Amino acid sequence: MAELDIVSPPSSPAALSPKRILVILGEPHRVVLALLGLSGLVMAIHLMDWAWLPQYLPKLGDGLLMTLMMLVASVIVGFLLALPLGLVQVGGIWPLRWLATAFCTAVRGTPLLLQMWLLYYGLGAVFAQFPEIRGSWAWDYLRQAWPYGFLALTISFAAYEGEVMRGAFAGVPRGELEAAEAFGMSRWQIFRRVWFPRAVHRALPTLAGEIILQLKSTPLVATIAVTDLYAVITQVRQATYLTYEPLLFLVAVYLCLSGLLILALRWLENRVPTGQ
Amino acid sequence: MQHQSATRVVTQPQNDAAKSATAESAVEIHDLHKSFGGVDVLKGISLTARQGDVVAIIGGSGSGKSTLLRCVNLLETPTSGQIAIQGEPYRMRAGKNGALVPADRRQIQRIRAHLGMVFQSFNLWPHRTVLENVMEVPVHVLKTPREEARARASTLLDRVGLGDKLDAYPSFLSGGQQQRAAIARVLAVDPLAMLFDEPTSALDPELVGEVLSVIRDLAAEHRTMLLVTHEMAFARDVATHVVFLRDGIIEEQGSPTQIFESPRSEHLKQFIKSVA
Ligand SMILES: Nc1ncnc2c1ncn2[C@@H]1O[C@H](COP(=O)(O)OP(=O)(O)O)[C@@H](O)[C@H]1O
Ligand SMILES: [Mg+2]
Repeated sequence: MAELDIVSPPSSPAALSPKRILVILGEPHRVVLALLGLSGLVMAIHLMDWAWLPQYLPKLGDGLLMTLMMLVASVIVGFLLALPLGLVQVGGIWPLRWLATAFCTAVRGTPLLLQMWLLYYGLGAVFAQFPEIRGSWAWDYLRQAWPYGFLALTISFAAYEGEVMRGAFAGVPRGELEAAEAFGMSRWQIFRRVWFPRAVHRALPTLAGEIILQLKSTPLVATIAVTDLYAVITQVRQATYLTYEPLLFLVAVYLCLSGLLILALRWLENRVPTGQ
Repeated sequence: MQHQSATRVVTQPQNDAAKSATAESAVEIHDLHKSFGGVDVLKGISLTARQGDVVAIIGGSGSGKSTLLRCVNLLETPTSGQIAIQGEPYRMRAGKNGALVPADRRQIQRIRAHLGMVFQSFNLWPHRTVLENVMEVPVHVLKTPREEARARASTLLDRVGLGDKLDAYPSFLSGGQQQRAAIARVLAVDPLAMLFDEPTSALDPELVGEVLSVIRDLAAEHRTMLLVTHEMAFARDVATHVVFLRDGIIEEQGSPTQIFESPRSEHLKQFIKSVA
């Protein structure tokens, strides 16, 4: 799949030059907001208690790593599952189409928290009853919490993105595929060279939003004893009896992550200007 | 090209004195029928284009012009009848309900790769630059070495007046430029015959001329073409043969002079008057 080439040469007219970034940042409302934010930060640093921070930094780092791993792994695997889920809903035979639709509807129609608990307490307990499983190498993983958190997040992302990809595949103009067909491309070539890259490109704006949503779902893994960033912050709150400082810290970290994600995805999107 | 006389049902066209006796048939259509869900759209079309012929297909909207053209590269599967490209008939077999189905996908893909089609709505691939659009089929279908394909693509784009737009994405071009790029995409496969389906119908009037002049040059080089068009003056100018389609049958055909100066059928007379 080396030639997927969703992102072609970097001759992007929509690219942000340093000068343009300066102009954007210089707009009045942005300046005002930045000043407000800065003063808030100064006040927070001076008026609040941050003495706990250095001592917890290593733990916070581990938590952040866990959060990021949950996010990245579930997004990647979930997206890979979303492709066939979307595809069979557009062009599959009816049993597959029906199964995919049922899966997406069921997962999207129930709370993620519930799914996670069902997997962790339900599936986890079932596994524990089989000596074969308890004795196998897999048990080292299956008795931990994170595989269930990862599984629940992945399933959820796959279901939502399956729906997005269904729309994206269906939305690629018929004529573009027909041109590929008329020039003698095989079905696989049509998929790989035209249908798939076009669908992904069409889905990217939605995908960006969904990845942010996924980031905001990751704290749920703390409820099944996975030590992500949120779980570490909870420990801090219990140990220090502080309420606002740890929570504010959490807000700042999630905001930074969201911001970085938005920038990265926008950059990706701008690499192929389609100018609908 | 391959000759399979045994399976050829098509009668040889009678060579008139003007054409050399060696002129081989590029496209032969024999007793072609096509129906969509019981509605007969083509009702027995027989038509031959020899190499170097420019066959203009005219007729009212809904008369079956596009369907006829799309049967030639099997974008539509004929209900019955034979089609041969350079003497090689498409291998078809009878399907369940008596209608034909393609018997050999590879053969179809091989023939299609040498039958370029120019669509009314251009149908360039928007996620690739103009140059990449023209290189796509030579590189990925015909397996031409990339550098060779690139050199040829840029020569062809130069030829259609897009030498300065190689790295532009299609959506940044005017309709006329996109259609000229689409013509270059066809030329890049060294087409045995070029299929044009109303190539100027989607264009603003001031852009029609630039596309017609490219097609005129190709006709002057004796490229084989099947050209569906509403531009009567143009058809009269460049065509070697004009076919008037009405209600799925060829109501009249002949030289441009015959068709436009002494039409026999009432419908053709009316049609010419209505579009003049
Ligand atoms: N895919 C299709 N399904 C059903 N009917 C079709 C389809 N394609 C074309 N037709 C019908 O066939 C007739 C001829 O269509 P077409 O070949 O597009 O005519 P033209 O190009 O001469 O305007 C029309 O009545 C059209 O509605
Ligand atoms: Mg038409």
